[in-house]
Amino acid sequence: MTWLSYTKALNRALADAMTEDDSVCVLGEDVRAGMAGPTLGLHRRFGGERVLDMPLSEQAFTSFAIGAALSGMRPVVEFQIPSLLFLVFEQIVNQAHKFRLMTGGQASIPVTFLVPGSGSRTGWAGQHSDHPYSLFAHAGVKTAVPATPTDAYGLLRSAIAEDDPVVLFAPAGAMAARDDVVGTPPPVPLGSGRIHRTGTDVTVVAVGHLVAHALSVADELDGELSAEVLDPRTVHPVDWELLRASLRRTGRLVVYDDANRACGFAAEVLAAAGEEAVLLAPPRRVTRPDGAVLPFAPELDAALQPQPGQLRDALRAVMR
Amino acid sequence: MTGTVPPLATPAARYRMMRLIREFDTLALEWERSGTIPGGVHPCIGQEAVAVGTCAALRPNDRITSTHRGHGHVLAKGADPARLLAELAGRATGLNRGRGGSMHAADLSLGILGANGMVGAGAAIAAGAAWAARRRGQDTVVISFFGDGALNQGVLLESLNLAALHRAPVVFVCENNGYATTLAAAEGIAGSATGRAAAFGIPAVTVDGMDVDAVRTAVAEAVARARAGAGPGFVECLTYRFEGHHTMERRLRLCYRTSEEVDSWRARDPLDRARPGPEEADSIDVEVAGILRRAADWALEQERPDPATAGAYTYAGGPAPRPGVPA
Repeated sequence: MTWLSYTKALNRALADAMTEDDSVCVLGEDVRAGMAGPTLGLHRRFGGERVLDMPLSEQAFTSFAIGAALSGMRPVVEFQIPSLLFLVFEQIVNQAHKFRLMTGGQASIPVTFLVPGSGSRTGWAGQHSDHPYSLFAHAGVKTAVPATPTDAYGLLRSAIAEDDPVVLFAPAGAMAARDDVVGTPPPVPLGSGRIHRTGTDVTVVAVGHLVAHALSVADELDGELSAEVLDPRTVHPVDWELLRASLRRTGRLVVYDDANRACGFAAEVLAAAGEEAVLLAPPRRVTRPDGAVLPFAPELDAALQPQPGQLRDALRAVMR
Repeated sequence: MTGTVPPLATPAARYRMMRLIREFDTLALEWERSGTIPGGVHPCIGQEAVAVGTCAALRPNDRITSTHRGHGHVLAKGADPARLLAELAGRATGLNRGRGGSMHAADLSLGILGANGMVGAGAAIAAGAAWAARRRGQDTVVISFFGDGALNQGVLLESLNLAALHRAPVVFVCENNGYATTLAAAEGIAGSATGRAAAFGIPAVTVDGMDVDAVRTAVAEAVARARAGAGPGFVECLTYRFEGHHTMERRLRLCYRTSEEVDSWRARDPLDRARPGPEEADSIDVEVAGILRRAADWALEQERPDPATAGAYTYAGGPAPRPGVPA
C-alpha cells in the first residue's frame, strides 16, 4: 500500500500512457519544467519530441494538437490556468469537438485537454479562478472532473485512450488529496459515476473537490439524516442511470457544484431529475452565484464558492 | 459515379482542372439560387490558378487544409466532383455524408483535412499535422490555404511561429484576393503578407496568383524545402474573386468594388492564360461539361439523410447526444 497524491496520479497516468503508446505526446507551457506538476520528469524520460514546451500561443498549440491527432498522434495539451480555456474555446469546441460530425465521421480527434489547478486557488482573482467545466459539458465536449487521485489516474488514462476530445479538470481544491493505493488504479470509463457513501434520505451529487466536502457534511449530519454522496466523475457524459437509481432509493436531491448557477451543471442535474424522477421534496442546488466572478480578497473569494454550511442548510431544507 | 479526375502533371491537365473548378462553382451558384444548395456558398471563380497551381506541386499523399472558399482546393486535391456536389446539396452520400456542406468539405483519404469555416483556423492544424507526420517518419508536406483576411488572425501568426520553431513541413499559401469580405486588403493589413512570414524567419515570396505555372513553381520550391527538412515556406498569391464574398452578396446588392476593378481582373482570367490551343481547349471544355453533367445528375439522384441520424458521428462511440425533447 502506498500514498498516491492527486498530482502524482496525473503524472503517473501520463507516464504510463506514454510508455504504452508511442503516439501519446504532451505539449503546453512549462511542461518541460513540470511547473504545474503533472508533467514533472516527463521531458527527461521521453525527450523533447514527445514533451513539447510551447511558446505562449495557446490558440495555435491547441490546434497544433488537433493537427497532430489527424496525423495519428494522441496529444495531451496542458493548460496552466483554467481561464485560458476561454481563449481556446474556438479550438476545442468549434474545431476539435465538431470535426468528426462535420466530416461525416471521417476524422477522430483524440486529444486530451488537461487543466490542473482549476477553480479558486485563493488570491488569484478574477482571471485565474474559473472552473468552467459546465461550458464544455454544455457544448458536448467530453468533460471529466476527478475528485480523488485514484479517479484522476483512471479518468486521465481513459481520456487519453478516447477517440474523441476530452477536457479533464483537476480542481485546485482536490490536488492536495492523497489515496491509499495498491498497484496501479484501473481506468475509469467516461460516463461512470461513483457512489462514495450510501444513504437513504437524500442524494448529494457533488463534483470534484466538493466530493470531499460533501462526505464531511454527510458524516457530520449522520444520525440526523442519511445522505448518499454521488460523484458523477464526468459531467459529460453523465451517469444518469446511477443518479436515477440513487434517487429511487432516496427521493431527494441536492447538487453541490462549483460552477455558476445559471446554466450550470447543477441546473442540468435538477432538470433531469425533475423530468425523470419522482422527488419527495423540491431539489436544491448549492453553487457559485449567477454570473460569479471571483474577487481577490480571500474572504470575498470564499464567499462566492459553495460552502459546506450551505450544503448543510440545503440538506436540512429538503428533509423538511 | 464519374470516375477520377486526372492528376495535374501536364498543362492540359491543369487547364482541365481549372475549367472544372470554374464550371463547378458556376453550377454551385445556380444551385444556390434555385434552392438546391441550402445555406450559401463562397465561390472561388477567378482564383482557380492558386488551387490548381498549388496542388500540382504536391504528391498524392501530401495534405491540405482549406478555407470557407474551398471548392477549388478540394477539387484540385482530387475530390470527386459528384460527391462534392452531393455534399453541397446535403445528400447522404456526399463527401461528408451531408454533415459538412460547402464550408467543411473534407476527404481524409485524399489528404483533404477539411475546409474550415473559421478564418485562419486551418493554419495551426496544418502545422500540427505536418509536425506529427514527420515525427512518424512520413515524407509528406501539408499545405495551409488561407486568405488575406486570415493575416489578421492572431492564431495564424502564432502558427507561423510554431511551424518555424518546429521546422514543420508545412507551406502557407495565402490567397490574397484583395478583400476580407468587403474590407480592402490595403485597409486591413499593415505591412505586407510576406513581411509577416519573414518576421518568423520563413522564406516568403509573392507570385501572380492568376498564373497557374507561377504558383506551381513557387509552391514546388517551398514544398521541396519543407520536404527536405528545411522548415515551412510561405507563398502569397495575388488573385481576385470575380464573384461576391458569398452568394448572399448578390441579394444584398453590396457595393464595395468598382466595376472597372472587377473588369480589369476579369481581363486577366487565369483560364485564358492557361488555355492550350483552341482545338485541345474545346475538347477539354466539352469533356469537363460532360464530367460535371454526370456529376450533377448523380448528385441529384442521391438520397437525403435520414433525420433520425442527425446526431450520428458526433462521437466516436458510446454516448449519442441526448434528445432535446423527452423521448
